[in-house]
Amino acid sequence: MTDRKEWPLWEIFIRGQHGLNHRHVGSLHAPDAEMAIRNARDVYTRRKEGVSIWVVKSSDIAASSPSEKGPMFDPAESKVYRHPTFFDIPDEVGHM
Amino acid sequence: MYAQMVKSEGKTDRAEMSPEERAFQDRIDANEKIEPKDWMPDGYRKTLIRQIGQHAHSEIVGQLPEGNWITRAPTLERKQILLAKVQDEAGHGLYLYCAAETLGVSRDELFEKLHSGAMKYSSIFNYPTLTWADMGAVGWLVDGAAIMNQVPLQRTSYGPYARAMVRICKEESFHQRQGYAVMMRMAFGTPEQKEMAQDALNRFWYPSLMMFGPSDKDSVHSAQSMAWRIKMNTNDELRQKFVDETVPQAEYLGLTVPDETLKWNEERGHYDFAEPDWEEFFEVLKGNGPCNDERLAARRKAWDDGEWFREGLSAYADKAAARRAASDLAAE
Ligand SMILES: [Fe+2]
Ligand SMILES: [Fe+2]
Repeated sequence: MTDRKEWPLWEIFIRGQHGLNHRHVGSLHAPDAEMAIRNARDVYTRRKEGVSIWVVKSSDIAASSPSEKGPMFDPAESKVYRHPTFFDIPDEVGHM
Repeated sequence: MYAQMVKSEGKTDRAEMSPEERAFQDRIDANEKIEPKDWMPDGYRKTLIRQIGQHAHSEIVGQLPEGNWITRAPTLERKQILLAKVQDEAGHGLYLYCAAETLGVSRDELFEKLHSGAMKYSSIFNYPTLTWADMGAVGWLVDGAAIMNQVPLQRTSYGPYARAMVRICKEESFHQRQGYAVMMRMAFGTPEQKEMAQDALNRFWYPSLMMFGPSDKDSVHSAQSMAWRIKMNTNDELRQKFVDETVPQAEYLGLTVPDETLKWNEERGHYDFAEPDWEEFFEVLKGNGPCNDERLAARRKAWDDGEWFREGLSAYADKAAARRAASDLAAE
C-alpha cells in the first residue's frame, strides 16, 4: 500500500424545506469541498431531507471544551426571569 | 447481531473502579449521553470501536449478497428499489464509520482491519443469495433482525452512535417492507414461485437467528456492555422477540418455518423454538462459511481497484488549492 493521505473529514449541515436553520446532520470524507457537497447530497438527502447544503472541514471547527461545561452554561440556570413564564399576568388582561 | 461477538473490557465492580470510572458510570446510569471529547475509560472506547466498526463493516459487506441481484432483478421497478436499498446500506456504513472515527480511529484503519480479517462483520452475509426470492428473505428476515437490535440502540450511551442509529432506523423499515413485498409476490404466485419463497425461508431462517449472537449463557461480554449501555438487550431476549414477530408473518405468507419444534407456549406467552446450530455459527465466524472468501475478496478488490481514483481526486484537490493560493497571492 502506498502512503497516500486520507481524504479529510467534513461536517455536513442541511437546511430542510421549511425554512429552518441549517442543521448538523453528520460528517463524511471527501477530497475537497466540491466533492463533499456532492457526497453529502448522496449520503444525507436521498429522501428530500434538504434544499441547501453547507460543508465545513472538521478541523476548522472550534468547540467549547467539555471540562468548562459548568462555568460556561450554569450561569443561565439562575436567570429564570429570561423566560416569559416568570411573569404572572392576570387572566383579565387576555392572551399575552 | 450486526455486531455479534464484541469483546468487552472493563470493570463492572464499583469497588474496583477509579473515581473517574465511577463518575463515568454514574453519568451512564443517569442516562446522560457520552460525547467524543468527554473522559471515558479506555475499555469503553476500545469496545465501542470494535462494536461500531463491526456494525459498519456489516453494512458495507451486506451490500454484496443483494448487489448480486441488481442486474438480474425481474423488473425495472424491482431493480430501482433494490438499488435504492443497497445504496442506503452504503450510507449506513458511512454513518457508522464516522461515529467510530470520533473515538480516535480512522476509517482507513478500520478498512484495513476488515480486509486483513482482523475485524469481523455479521455471519449472515457469508451465505449465498441463490434465487430472487432470497431478496425477499433478506429484506424481511435479515433487515427485520437488524431492526430488532438497532431500535433499542437509538438510546445507547454514546452520542454519535445513538445519532447514527436514529438515521439508520428511519431507513430500515423501507428495507424490511420491500423484502416482505417480494415474499408476498412469490408466495402468492405460481407453485414454482411459492416453492422458491419456501426454499429461501428454509435457508435464511437459522442464519437469521444466529444474527443475535450466541445464547446468553455463552455470551461472556454482555454484562459489561449492558452496564455501559452499548448493548441494550440480551441476545436471547432479542432472538425471542424476533421469532414472536416473524412467525405470524410467515403464516400470512402460507410458508412453513423450518422448525418442527416451533410451538406457541401459552404459559410463557412466547413461541418455543429450536436453537440454530452454534457449531456452524462459530465456523462461519472463523471464516469457514460458504461465502467468506468471496465476500472478503470482493471488498479487497473494490478497495484496491479504487486506489487510483482516490489518489487522483486527492491530487486534483491539492492542485486546485495551490492554484487558489497562487491567485490569492497575485491579487494582493
Ligand atoms: Fe442497514
Ligand atoms: Fe437495511
